[in-house]
Amino acid sequence: MRLDVILRVIAKLLLPFTVVFGFYVHFHAETSPGGGFQAGVVIGAGVILYAIIFGLDEAIKIVPVRVVELLVSVGTLIFLGVGIVGWLLGGNYLDYYALPIADPIISQEVGIHLVEIGVLMAVTGAVIAIFYAFAGRGRSR
Amino acid sequence: MIEAIPDLVHHYNHWVSIFLMVCGLYIVVARGNMVKKLVGLTVFQTAVFLLYISAGKILGGTPPIIAEGYEHYANPLPHVLILTAIVVGVATLAVGLGLVVRINEAFGTIEEEEIFERGEQE
Amino acid sequence: MVLLTLLAVVAIGIVRLRNLFAVVILGAVYSFLIATVFLVLDAPDVAMTEAAVGAGIATVMMLAVLHLTKTDESRPRQPQIFPLFVSAVTGAALIYGTLDLPPFGEADTPVHTHVGPYYLSQSIPDTGVPNVVASVLASYRGWDTLGEVVVIFTAAIGVLLLLRRAQRPTRQATRSRRDAP
Repeated sequence: MRLDVILRVIAKLLLPFTVVFGFYVHFHAETSPGGGFQAGVVIGAGVILYAIIFGLDEAIKIVPVRVVELLVSVGTLIFLGVGIVGWLLGGNYLDYYALPIADPIISQEVGIHLVEIGVLMAVTGAVIAIFYAFAGRGRSR
Repeated sequence: MIEAIPDLVHHYNHWVSIFLMVCGLYIVVARGNMVKKLVGLTVFQTAVFLLYISAGKILGGTPPIIAEGYEHYANPLPHVLILTAIVVGVATLAVGLGLVVRINEAFGTIEEEEIFERGEQE
Repeated sequence: MVLLTLLAVVAIGIVRLRNLFAVVILGAVYSFLIATVFLVLDAPDVAMTEAAVGAGIATVMMLAVLHLTKTDESRPRQPQIFPLFVSAVTGAALIYGTLDLPPFGEADTPVHTHVGPYYLSQSIPDTGVPNVVASVLASYRGWDTLGEVVVIFTAAIGVLLLLRRAQRPTRQATRSRRDAP
């Protein structure tokens, strides 16, 4: 593993493109296929690639376990929070029209984007957390 | 035989999906290895996805992204349902694999029959 | 049709092989194939998800588990007539059921006359989002997506609970063996 120069160089080259592609998939979801789930999985896969090539410790240095766990819970909380904000402002749960924006179409877009960001964070965090759990188990035995 | 040909064309997707489903069911019921069982479960799931997506397709249609010059779009509802189902499927798969790892640590095997035997001995 | 037939062949391979590494890699092949099928069936969002999740993440997790356990499946000890019988009967019943299904790809089936056209025609006026899958996912059916995010959250917690603990595996092993019936 230590001698695989090609693997290491290619992984380093690929990682930024993978993450940028993930964000592209996320923010371009309105007009092309994509969305929070796909983007989260792509970004998570980039981190997993890094962890496979360079070892779990290096990956944990870049994306610490605490950050990953925060991502999962904060993503879920954002989704729940958007729903509750709509509720408090007089609409139904997850009613984006109730958001305090004049143009109803823009309020819908804002709502969709907020929710998708929540999904993105939750999925990225979950994928990386699950991989860390399995990989860490393999090391401790 | 001639009468069966339109049936074959119209239901080929459904039949392949049923075949995959039966493959998954067979793996889950017949095989004792737990990782293999989970693979079978995934195959079963995917067969259901295929069934839904086939139902949403319209011949001559396009993907459900609104644009000028197209009239027929595939039905977006099955796509959304299956999108969520895929991600939920992988989440449950992760929990299942976690259980398999713990079972392996407790019993030293992932074969169902050996685990049953060990349970009877104690 | 060619793709679907290929899919069936790969499924037979998955059933018959006993080396679990081969099974997992065939599973990845299977996921890519079915992603292509989804693309052909006009579902690019689903195809993307299946390629990333099924072929990427699921395969990595399976390989990690195989690293922790053993990679060969033992031979079954009893003849497997009964599972085959159950599967065959289920398959026959389901195929009998398909004969009543509407033909593939027609525009006037019940699936296409219920809420689907509403989403397709109202997505731009209601939300301004041309990708109907995104608008249905996040707006019309936000509840579904919320539930799904909660499921992912729960799964992550579950895996962490299962695998993070027990830094001393031997003691844990004896304890769980004692608890087992």
